[in-house]
Amino acid sequence: MDLDFGPGVTDFRTEVRDWLAEHLVGEFAAHRGIGGPADSEAWEVRVAWDRELAAGGWLGLSWPVEYGGRGLTLLEEIVFNYEYARSGAPYRATTSGLDLFGPMLLAMGTPAQKQRFLPPILRVEQLWGQGFSEPGAGSDLASLRCRAELDGDQWVINGQKVWTTMAHTADWLYVLVRTDPDAKRHRGLSMLLVPRHQPGVDVRIIRNLAGQGEFAEVFFNDARTAADLVVGEVGQGWRTAMGTLGIERGVTLLPQQLSFEREVENLVQAAREAGDAVPASTRDRIVEAWMSVRVMRTTNLRTLGEVLAGRAPGPQAGIAKLFASTAHQRMGHLAAEVAGPAGQLVGEDYALDVRQRTFLLSLAETIYGGSSEIQRNIIGEQLLGLPKEPRP
Amino acid sequence: MTETALVGILSDEQLQLRQVLRTFLDRHSAEPDVRRLMATDEGYDARVWRRLGGELGLPGLAIPEEYGGSGFGYAELGLVFEETGRALLCAPYFGTVALAAEVLLRAGDEAAAKDLLPGIAAGETVAALALTEPGGRWDEAGITVRAERVAGRWLLSGVKTYVLDGHIAHLLLVVARTDTGIGLFAVDPAGEPGLRRTPLRTVDQTRKQARLDFSGVPARLIGDAGTAWPAIARALSTAAVLLAAEQLGGASRALELAVDYAKIREQYGRAIGSFQAVKHRLADMLTDVECARSAVQDGLRALAADAEDLPVAASVAKACCSEVFTRVTAGAIQVHGGIGFTWEHSVQLYFKRAKASELLLGSPAEHRARLAERLGL
Repeated sequence: MDLDFGPGVTDFRTEVRDWLAEHLVGEFAAHRGIGGPADSEAWEVRVAWDRELAAGGWLGLSWPVEYGGRGLTLLEEIVFNYEYARSGAPYRATTSGLDLFGPMLLAMGTPAQKQRFLPPILRVEQLWGQGFSEPGAGSDLASLRCRAELDGDQWVINGQKVWTTMAHTADWLYVLVRTDPDAKRHRGLSMLLVPRHQPGVDVRIIRNLAGQGEFAEVFFNDARTAADLVVGEVGQGWRTAMGTLGIERGVTLLPQQLSFEREVENLVQAAREAGDAVPASTRDRIVEAWMSVRVMRTTNLRTLGEVLAGRAPGPQAGIAKLFASTAHQRMGHLAAEVAGPAGQLVGEDYALDVRQRTFLLSLAETIYGGSSEIQRNIIGEQLLGLPKEPRP
Repeated sequence: MTETALVGILSDEQLQLRQVLRTFLDRHSAEPDVRRLMATDEGYDARVWRRLGGELGLPGLAIPEEYGGSGFGYAELGLVFEETGRALLCAPYFGTVALAAEVLLRAGDEAAAKDLLPGIAAGETVAALALTEPGGRWDEAGITVRAERVAGRWLLSGVKTYVLDGHIAHLLLVVARTDTGIGLFAVDPAGEPGLRRTPLRTVDQTRKQARLDFSGVPARLIGDAGTAWPAIARALSTAAVLLAAEQLGGASRALELAVDYAKIREQYGRAIGSFQAVKHRLADMLTDVECARSAVQDGLRALAADAEDLPVAASVAKACCSEVFTRVTAGAIQVHGGIGFTWEHSVQLYFKRAKASELLLGSPAEHRARLAERLGL
């Protein structure tokens, strides 16, 4: 897919391409196509690559200049991400700070908090991890129990978080905790910023089903942070957490689309090479998978068109995650089928090839970021206006 | 392939067109109208048809001005088909506009286009494309009707069937085999003794079909006598995209019916739409409908640009929207429960239209097979 973004960004696009051509070399080029949203593969190389990007001034393109950004337009950011994805550059390691925490702080933080935390994110000097889920609070996040109490000018935090992506490499955590023990559910929660390097914070790596130590449990035992490191109001943490969640800015749509297109082309190519070994019914399902990627492209372009026109995205933006995650898993199953028995062998220390790793990691896509079941509730209630399930 | 990153935002004019259409169809293709017309042999209301042409100019929307049309684009035509699909319009609109007019436009015969298209554009001519035969195939190899040159005249012999509006058409465009290949022929059926037209009884009563028996029927050759197929194939791709738009309209209406019902129907003391079993089904139906909308938009994009990948976009749209329409209408019946299974409820009309249109212009499996071939699978 080659997209025309209009004459206004032609020079910028050339600048991006030239920079990538010059810098995506050596070890970075050797890691083309490596990494993904829940993939810790080649972590150190990817962090080093992020620092290369930072030095080139390519992080935080649409962030304000005063916080180290470049103050560019949303369209320019989208163009950059598109060219980036086309170049095959490694998946950025520091997305937790750049894509999740940073935008939240930009929207809800104080000027002092922004001044302190945003520039180190853009220089890749501080990595961030997210502390939302708990063993007893997954889809039902509002039932979380990790708590914090004020002790003078410090918060004292006790409890446990889980599924924190790359917590063991994070310098800071943004943690949703209960600060009012008497308030129920989503009331009485606060968003605290907690330094990880302290005795009260203990991180235990969890191996995912691909064998990677990619996420972790985080234990807080009298961990401490300064009283003013609250994002948003004390007791309003739910609003802070939800305020920037699910706002579709369109910046990740095209990169994801390009990676799906590459994958499905590889699947079609593998099936061509396998020839008659692939039964007709499997070929038919491969065509269906190919079709679903083509349909996704238009779905993404519809959303992008609306975002760039300054309109609220239509219903297609709300179904995109549910559809894409399911379709991606189907592609993985088909690729495994075409690869046959040889595709079931792994290397030493459970070393996986890209196809195997992509497939196994795709199993998380219908779980993280709101499981498919939660997505269907949201679609039903928010897009179709169906009544909520009564609480017992 | 380069395409613009901005797609799918309707202009104010397009939104206005949609509003005008919806108002017109609410008045003239409400459920009682649909039921009245589907029970007749003709299957349409000649007065409404004339108003569609004279007042709204719908048949000529995408026909160039030099042939009497208004020269709008396929984006607008797609909108029209989405609305006629929503309303289950009983009229020879699809057959005349999406099939017959498109074949004429692409046949490369200037004189024939000048003679025949203005009547279609004005809404005076009901036209039908006679392509399928008892074998039910939509490809070139399925054509067996013969056209022979006898004493300076072309004469047609053989059987066409499943012809949309074939029993009422004022103009038949017949795809026939000649000594040199495939040709396209125009037949004026009025008072033609060698032509027998038999209306067919169909599961979907909202769109009529006929069988046509030709025995030495004189016909006018359109374009070249042996090389008509590529133009016909291109027209069939166009029709597939427009049918997909019609399917999208029907599917989104069936989903609305199901959602509305799930909000008011109570069981176990609460609206059934509050149960996840029902809610999740409806969420999947919306997912289907939005994917169908994307497939249609990609098809309309290819049509508007007369793009090289039109056959691909058309097959994707036809395969996707056919299955979505059938799945969503079946789901809508399920959500309605017993009442959805009755003759009286409108949801069954959408289901039958869905199943019939799924098979029209080639089934989803046939279109996927075409895609497989293009992908080298």
